Amino acid sequence: MAGFNKVVNSYEEALAGMTDGMTIIAGGFGLCGIPENLINQIKTLGVKDLTIVSNNCGVDGFGLGVLLEDKQVKKMVSSYVGENAMFEAQLLGGELEVELTPQGTLAEKMRAGGAGIPAFYTATGYGTPVAEGKEVREFDGRKYILEESITGDFAIIKGWKADRYGNVIYRHTAQNFNPMAATAGKITVVEVEEIVEPGELEPSQIHTPGIYVDRLILGTFEKRIEQKTVREG
Amino acid sequence: MALSREQIAMRIAQELQDGFYVNLGIGIPTLVANYVPDNMEVMLQSENGLLGMGPFPTEDQVDADMINAGKQTVTAAKGASIFSSAESFAMIRGGHVDLTVLGAFEVDQEGNIASWMIPGKLIKGMGGAMDLVAGADNIIVCMTHASKHGESKLLEKCSLPLTGAGCIKKVVTDLAYMEIDNGAFILRERAPGVSVEEIQQKTAGKLIIPDHVPEMTF
Repeated sequence: MAGFNKVVNSYEEALAGMTDGMTIIAGGFGLCGIPENLINQIKTLGVKDLTIVSNNCGVDGFGLGVLLEDKQVKKMVSSYVGENAMFEAQLLGGELEVELTPQGTLAEKMRAGGAGIPAFYTATGYGTPVAEGKEVREFDGRKYILEESITGDFAIIKGWKADRYGNVIYRHTAQNFNPMAATAGKITVVEVEEIVEPGELEPSQIHTPGIYVDRLILGTFEKRIEQKTVREG
Repeated sequence: MALSREQIAMRIAQELQDGFYVNLGIGIPTLVANYVPDNMEVMLQSENGLLGMGPFPTEDQVDADMINAGKQTVTAAKGASIFSSAESFAMIRGGHVDLTVLGAFEVDQEGNIASWMIPGKLIKGMGGAMDLVAGADNIIVCMTHASKHGESKLLEKCSLPLTGAGCIKKVVTDLAYMEIDNGAFILRERAPGVSVEEIQQKTAGKLIIPDHVPEMTF
C-alpha cells in the first residue's frame, strides 16, 4: 500500500498517461524554477498537439524551448515570449498559436482553476486587445472583464524540498508560478532537489500541501541562468 | 538640452516618498533605484515574487533561484519577502503598490498607454504591464518625447494596441514633465535649456501651457 507516499522512481513513471492533445500547466518564470527534467521527458515521449500554459516558453534549446524543436506544441498561453527565436519563427509561420495573457491574469487563472472558480472579473486588460470578445461588467463605476480560469491534464512543477507525502517548499524566487500551477493539474507532478521523511518539514512553512500532488520525483538540475548580472565584490 | 537617461531617472526619483513600495519596469525605470535619496527608505517590488529587491549579487553570491522580473540575478534586501506570482499580483492588482514606473511606445491625451506590441514587428507579450497599469493609481511613464525620426510619442490618440485605457496621469520625457488631465497634457516642467516652443512642436496631442513653466532642478 502506497498510502500518501507520492514518490515515483523514474521520469517515465512521473509522466505516465500523457498523450497527444493534452493541456499542460508548467511552473517557472524565465528559466527560474522550471521543471527542466519533466520538460525533457515530454520531449522524449514525443507527444504532440500540446497546449502549454506557462508564463514564458524557455529559450532556444533549454526549458520549454526544447518542445518547439519537434513541433510538439500547438498552442502556448503565456505573458511573455520574448527570448525565443524558434518560437517567433513558428508563430510567424502559422505553425504555433499563442494566447498572450497578462501575467497577473495568468497567475489568477491558474489559482482560480485550482480552487474550483470557473471565472473572475478583473480590470486588467479592459480597453485593450485582451478584452476582445469578453464580457464587460461595471462594479462601483469601474469596468472589468470576465476571464475564465485554467485547469490542465497535467501540471509540472519544480520544488526545492518535499517530503514523501508531497508537501513542497520552494526556494527563493523559484517559487513564482509553481504553487498555483500545482493546484490546477488533474495530475500534478513535482520534481525536487531533496526528498525528506514526513515530519521533517515545518508544517506552517509548506508552500504546496501534499493534497495537490500526485507524483513526486527526485531530480538533478542544471538551473541555467538567463541573465547573470553581478557587481564588484 | 534634452535629458539623459540618468537625468530622466533622477527627475522621477524626486517623486519618491519615504516608506513607498515601488515597482520599476525594465530600462530607464530600473535606473530610478540608483537615485533614492539617502534619508529615505523605499522597497522595490519585482513582480516575479520579491518585495525588497537588493543590489546585483557579487560573483560568489550569484544564485539561479534569485532573479528579478527582468530575469537578472539579484539579491534580497534586508526585510525582503518572497512569494508566489498570485500573491505578487494581488499586491499589484489590489492597489497596494505606491508607485509604478514604466516605459511606453506611446501615450495619449486621454491617459491611454501603448507599450507591448507593434503589429507585424514585435510580438513579445505584455508580461505584467497590463496588470501594473490597471492596478496602480500612481503611475509615471517615462519615455523619449519623440522617435529618432522626430515623430511625437505624445498623441491625441494612441495608434498601437493599448496596454491600458485612461490610466496614465504623469509622464516624464527627455524634454518635459507633464500631467494628463481632462483630455490634455499639461506642461508642468521643462528640461533645462529646452524651450516651451520645442516641447509644443514635438507634442502631437493637446498641450496646455501654463503661464509659468519652470525648468527642472536636480
